[in-house]
Amino acid sequence: MPDTTADRPELRQAADSLAGRFPEAVLSSSVEKGELAVRLRKEDLAAVLSFLKDERGFNVLDDIIVLDNIRSSGDGGKRFTVLYQLYQFPGFVRLRLAVDVGENEALDSAVPVYRSADWAEREAFDMFGVRFEGHPGLRRIYMPDEFEGHPLRKDFPLGGRDGGA
Amino acid sequence: MTPFVADFLIPVGKIAAVILYPMGMVVVMIWLERRVVALIQGRLGPNRVGFQGILQPVADAVKLFFKENIMQRQADKFLFNISPVLVMFSSLLAFCFVPLGEPIQIGSYTLTLWIAESPVGLLIILGLSSISVFGVIFGGWASNSKYPLMGALRSVIQVLSYEIPVGLTVLTVAFIARSMDLVEIVRRQESSGVWYGFLMPVSFVVFWISAVAETNRAPFDLPEAESELVAGYHTEYSGMKFAYFYMAEYAHMVLVSSLVVILFFGGWLPPFPSVKALSFLHAVPGFVWYLIKIMFFLYLYVWIRATFPRYRFDLLIRLVWKWLIPLSLVNFLAIALVRYLL
Amino acid sequence: MALKEIDLNMGPQHPSTHGVLRLKLAVDNEVVLRVVPVIGYLHRGMEKLWESLTYVQVVPLTDRLDYLAALSNNLGYVLAVEKLAGIEVPRRARYIRVVLAELQRLASHLAAVGFMANDIGAMSVLLYGFEAREDVLDIFEEYCGARLTVHGIRIGGVPHDLDGALVARIRTVIDGIPKHLADIRTLLDENRIWKGRTVGVGVIGAGDAVDYGLTGPSLRASGVPWDIRKDIPYSSYDEFDFDVPLRTNGDVYDRYFVRVEEMYQSIRIVRQALDGLPAGEISARVPRVLKVPPGEVFHTIEAPKGVLGFYVKSDGTDKPERVKMKSPSFINLQSLEHMCKGNLFSDVVGILGSLDIVLGEIDK
Repeated sequence: MPDTTADRPELRQAADSLAGRFPEAVLSSSVEKGELAVRLRKEDLAAVLSFLKDERGFNVLDDIIVLDNIRSSGDGGKRFTVLYQLYQFPGFVRLRLAVDVGENEALDSAVPVYRSADWAEREAFDMFGVRFEGHPGLRRIYMPDEFEGHPLRKDFPLGGRDGGA
Repeated sequence: MTPFVADFLIPVGKIAAVILYPMGMVVVMIWLERRVVALIQGRLGPNRVGFQGILQPVADAVKLFFKENIMQRQADKFLFNISPVLVMFSSLLAFCFVPLGEPIQIGSYTLTLWIAESPVGLLIILGLSSISVFGVIFGGWASNSKYPLMGALRSVIQVLSYEIPVGLTVLTVAFIARSMDLVEIVRRQESSGVWYGFLMPVSFVVFWISAVAETNRAPFDLPEAESELVAGYHTEYSGMKFAYFYMAEYAHMVLVSSLVVILFFGGWLPPFPSVKALSFLHAVPGFVWYLIKIMFFLYLYVWIRATFPRYRFDLLIRLVWKWLIPLSLVNFLAIALVRYLL
Repeated sequence: MALKEIDLNMGPQHPSTHGVLRLKLAVDNEVVLRVVPVIGYLHRGMEKLWESLTYVQVVPLTDRLDYLAALSNNLGYVLAVEKLAGIEVPRRARYIRVVLAELQRLASHLAAVGFMANDIGAMSVLLYGFEAREDVLDIFEEYCGARLTVHGIRIGGVPHDLDGALVARIRTVIDGIPKHLADIRTLLDENRIWKGRTVGVGVIGAGDAVDYGLTGPSLRASGVPWDIRKDIPYSSYDEFDFDVPLRTNGDVYDRYFVRVEEMYQSIRIVRQALDGLPAGEISARVPRVLKVPPGEVFHTIEAPKGVLGFYVKSDGTDKPERVKMKSPSFINLQSLEHMCKGNLFSDVVGILGSLDIVLGEIDK
């Protein structure tokens, strides 16, 4: 069975071309367990996504994942890290972009580039409160519209507040 | 035979029979449908209430009887109440003209197995059964809700469109039999020795398909199984009013089956009526043959329902206007030509 | 003539249930203009819950995501954790996992095809499909005691072994499934009414499908040959010989057909796995309290509904810091509007059925 944790040359290729095109945007990149992870500057997100989709062939956005860094960020660190899981088919290269964003900041929406980002961004907004600029209708998706708070944040209690919405 | 019996009791008895016969068949149909569909699907169906579930229709009737009759405040009261009655009325009234067999001699009195015999019995039955469309429209309109209205309108278009092939195919029978009297038609089948279903198979098939569509049964049951998306014209009905729609549909099915049997399959005649070798079949009363044939068509109704997916509305309309009507027209002209030449 | 738009609501409760889903439709004289799905009725806060449980405790909860294909969810999560923790699963366990996963695919597709047919009106097909599904569920029951929320795959391997009797039983069942499929196909494949209602309905092209993130049999029905089992094999799938059914029209009929063909391929895989079942352990040595070294991983598998992905981030303790599930039905449902536009509103139910969504997976 192919070792999925191995470092493949195609992964490095993608990282190098990205770093070459956007030298200031890429803050770091690493390959761990066969997965390429690139850390990006927030401002360049839209440009990088377009580049990756149109010129490097990353045609699928698998998922948008938000991490709440409240326990580890301390001072100076941004509250949230938003991960974009991209996939290139065929070619089978996986790429994970990480963008740090603060609590009251907004990210560029990925919807103009990847249509499948629509609901994923709504979920990120609903669960964490991350705003996306340029989204065609950013509103809650799981919780009722009148709900206050963002449930998946680490400071939101597991049992809910006051017994519910 | 006293005038009292001949002029009062017997007609009253016939009226009672005309109400009880379709209602009885409805009761049988409720059980038959659920059992047969279940067995086709590999399960059992109702088999708890009574022997093999025979009392299930009674249980259903009791349940519907005790349900609350809800009516919306904005609903049109008169039309809301009258539409189930209309639908039931049209089905039952047509049974007055459906003959069940040859007249029986009781002493000096001839007991006719129908309430009325008319030289245009066929037309009357078709006309009466079309009154049910009014019940559907009123039901959909009076419910004062988008979805029943749309369901009702669809049903109307469906019924009106399928009336045309019904009329044309029925006319071919009338042509060959030279009569529109149902009793005459059966007698002509006896004398000509062949059932019209075998003589004019195209007429029979087109009539059967159109009849299934007329009765809003699968695979043409869009108006009522709209409940997959939009509920049909009897959404807002509950309790006994809904039971009326339900029973009226089955009564309509029995009516249509009776028509098919009389027009195309020899009514109360045994198979091969004029073949001497099989004349022992005449020992079985005509009514029994009639019942056997009707039961076959009712079974066919249920069988078709369990097997086929549902037609979408545009496919349904396309079927009738592109295929059935031209086919029945051509068939009609062909039969007329044959009749003229022979 | 002015546009007469009517707003229709397919409420959270409706007869063609795929779960509690609300569809807000805008219709103009039978033609669908807009479809807006409203979800969240089954949201249980799974991801939040998982953060407070240990890695091992999360596994039974994954059953409840796509409840019609519980083993696939188990497998997806377990593979992600094993990748992160560096656990090497013995070969026999991998083969048994393949057998279980493919049997689960059979059960899921039988339910999908059955419900699709039922929504379009062919009621008997649903029951024939479920008759076959019952046989598969009986196997699961004999294997680990549960039919639906199976929890039959654990971190490190599988909980029980497949002994000779169970293997024989599995062979009998998969030998009998083609007969049920033949019944279903007789009723549907060449039926005029079925074809009239499904061919050319709910079409989505290959380019649009990839753009919307569509995955699974629905994508393969549009002509895109993407199957994770072939592209990034996991759990020894590369040791088996099977085809990936592909159709090109991308309509409801093709989505139905691809699922039926996939069932035949699943039977093929199970036979190969049972024939070549290696001897060995059924589970790796996993400590009682599993502490996973810090790191993050995103792993995908080919679940019956599409590409199921799990992102697991560990902070070194025995509880995951973040687990995110990429649910195929969540993304597939976004393409519903594209498929329904321009079709009649009687088709919406059929198209929804052909997408094969499960609300447990969408709503987490």
